[in-house]
Amino acid sequence: MNQEKRVEEFSLEALRAGNKAEFARLVEAYSGVIYRLALKVVEDPQDAEDVLQETFIKAYRALPNFDGRSSLSTWLYRIATNEALMTLRRRKSASVANTISIEEPSPNEDNEQEPIQIVDWCCLPETEMMSAEARAYMEKAIETLSPALRTVFLLRDIEGLSTQETAEVLNVSEVVVKTRLSRARMRLRELLSEYFGERAARRSTPEGENS
Amino acid sequence: MSHQNCRHLLGSLSDYVDGELADEVCAEIDRHLEECENCRIVVDSLRKTIYLYKVTSGPPSVPEEVRQRLYLSLDLEEFIERKANSEMGKA
Ligand SMILES: [Zn+2]
Repeated sequence: MNQEKRVEEFSLEALRAGNKAEFARLVEAYSGVIYRLALKVVEDPQDAEDVLQETFIKAYRALPNFDGRSSLSTWLYRIATNEALMTLRRRKSASVANTISIEEPSPNEDNEQEPIQIVDWCCLPETEMMSAEARAYMEKAIETLSPALRTVFLLRDIEGLSTQETAEVLNVSEVVVKTRLSRARMRLRELLSEYFGERAARRSTPEGENS
Repeated sequence: MSHQNCRHLLGSLSDYVDGELADEVCAEIDRHLEECENCRIVVDSLRKTIYLYKVTSGPPSVPEEVRQRLYLSLDLEEFIERKANSEMGKA
């Protein structure tokens, strides 16, 4: 990602002054990544659209006071991530009265989990690993992560933010980012190994039977 | 994964695949991987996992209707038509 380059293409002065044309350029440049992130955090197109709109509405209001200490992209990611997490929180409190804060990794996720699945599935053909079914499974796997782990994984590995940028977006230390990223990745590895390992095993048995 | 060494290295594997470890630690893991097939499989499948998520995540984009409604909500209707820069996010 070439974020620094993109940032330089915007006039902070015009943005702070509320220049609509310049703001429209910002929206055009970042709505795609913001929407993709929102969709993967909240997992619902309507909620993702709300997050997208709220993000830019809030950004427009806050721009006159934007101090430029973080880059525009990091700043936008921060607004969007907060909106998305707030959406999850609202949804959660609307469904079940849950006392565990959404920011807290659930107790299970606090522990480094030992790998259970040790299967070599890397030999599977890419077409099989990228089938519609496999992709659906991968999406589901992300959904099993707590919001805290999920956001770190999405920002680092999907959006391509650096550890430092991710720490800025989430307002946590870089150590926390690394720890959460490690847990998220290891958990996803576990889930993917379960899924693909079974397929790799099926391939190597001549009968190809799964019962 | 019962080997004491394996357990000790687990928490570092994510940093290892990012190449963000100090040289000594990295060398220690390299040495361990040479003799431990289990950890090799974990590292390979970890790399593959990250890779698969990266390549299947798709380009950043907004469905056209969503984009239209976004511009309306921001009172930016007059700029809706300008799509020339919409691919910028891909760079
Ligand atoms: Zn080992």
